[in-house]
Amino acid sequence: MPEIVAFLIEKTLVTIFVFIVVLTVVAFTTWIERIVAGHIQMRYGPNRAGPKGLFQVAADGVKFFMKEEFIPDRANKVLFVIAPTFTFMAAGFIMAVIPFGDRIMIGGREVLLQIADLNIAVLYVLAIGSLGVYGIIAGGWASNNKYSLMGGLRASSQMISYEIAMGLAIVALLLDHGTLSLRQIVLNQQGAIWHWSVFSHPIGFIIFYVAAFAESARVPFDLPEAENEIVAGYHTEYSAMKFGLFMFGEYVHMVLGSALIATLYFGGWSIPWVTAPEEPGLLWGLATFAVLWIKTYFFVFVYMWVRWTLPRFRYDQLMNLGWKRLIPIGVVNIFITAALLVVFQHLGIAG
Amino acid sequence: MADKQTRVTNDPFRKYDLTLAERLYLPAIMKGMAVTISYFFKKPITIQYPEEKAYVPHRWRGRHVLKRDEFGRERCVGCQMCELACPADAITIQAGEVPPERRHLHTTERYAVTYEIDMLRCIFCGMCEEACPEAAIFLTPFYEFAEDSREKLIYTKDMLTERIGGPILYKD
Repeated sequence: MPEIVAFLIEKTLVTIFVFIVVLTVVAFTTWIERIVAGHIQMRYGPNRAGPKGLFQVAADGVKFFMKEEFIPDRANKVLFVIAPTFTFMAAGFIMAVIPFGDRIMIGGREVLLQIADLNIAVLYVLAIGSLGVYGIIAGGWASNNKYSLMGGLRASSQMISYEIAMGLAIVALLLDHGTLSLRQIVLNQQGAIWHWSVFSHPIGFIIFYVAAFAESARVPFDLPEAENEIVAGYHTEYSAMKFGLFMFGEYVHMVLGSALIATLYFGGWSIPWVTAPEEPGLLWGLATFAVLWIKTYFFVFVYMWVRWTLPRFRYDQLMNLGWKRLIPIGVVNIFITAALLVVFQHLGIAG
Repeated sequence: MADKQTRVTNDPFRKYDLTLAERLYLPAIMKGMAVTISYFFKKPITIQYPEEKAYVPHRWRGRHVLKRDEFGRERCVGCQMCELACPADAITIQAGEVPPERRHLHTTERYAVTYEIDMLRCIFCGMCEEACPEAAIFLTPFYEFAEDSREKLIYTKDMLTERIGGPILYKD
């Protein structure tokens, strides 16, 4: 079998596998969110459809398709239809570079449990992550509705503000790791648990995490859809599956954002104190895959936990936090990290 | 850390300056998160309705019942006092004379030929109960009325009258 065919088959299979797993997990995240929300409020959450309410996901999906597809008069029809798809895709594209597991050997062939090990993966994530806001602002503008437009504008200003903070947090991390490849970053964090970047970059982690909350526009940063001010923000006019895609996109963003946090700061798929076997088989692949999802799900849970704890920020508080707090701290963090790196290198214990 | 009351500020919008811990937000956020997670592990207080039901007091004002006396006779004499008392005009009664062959089922010669309560109009105030001179109508703790049409919610006399051992007594 020629190399190119084997390569295509391998990548197709990995892509389909990752795609299906991510979408299934995201779908069930909506159910988990409601269960968590319920229990935090001493309720049960959905527990009627199917065992433990698991079919709720399917029921919601069917409901989204059965609802009336409404497009407002004088809306920009093309943009209106494209916008939710765009948000959803921009969020989903991040899954292409996230290392979901280690390399495994199948029939003497090395297979990466990752769609693409880009050498500029971190830049790719930042670039694609910020594309998502185009869908939101396009949807807000195309709706021909004041509130939608306000929501879209809020989303864009919020994303721009917090992307800077996020970028600054990552710069400090990259100074340390010296690579933009997510796989290499994970490999650097192997070994003892204190090799995880979160222990060497605690401030960067906090900035990144707060910025990730803001990027996914979830509570307490859900200004774009603040329902007591601007109805429902950018998706005021959306109904049926078009709204479903917006919502699903938000969840994709949340899950993949959590996966990214786990990868960058918590060792990704690496298991503390466990080194990869000489001949990594399917079992090792599945183990690393599961470990990444466990870590990811911890952060997804924190997303939900925070959502049911904190109230929404006021708009000036949001901007103050972004520009007056996170960005200066991020800059200082870069300098401190750089200085410490130089000191460590002189002492010969470069990390 | 100074006491909150003794701290001073130049900020006209605040009673006192925030301390460093307060300005960092994080300690307060952690405190809040601790509260919510403690609730996460508490047992939900939801009553799983169709399987479990909430306690309903015996004097709850729900579905009506037309009582019979100790001889199995209808207590209602069709006097229409309840119809008059009803603030929602939910009760409709047509009174008539009791035919001789059914005399043993009634206390007087007058009885309600039809007795209808529109459950969609009824406000369950219990005025009919208070107005009734014969102690014939009572409200019961039954509260599950759901139906798929309005017609089914107009309760007729045979639905309302108390049954003795299954079949309705006055049925011909």
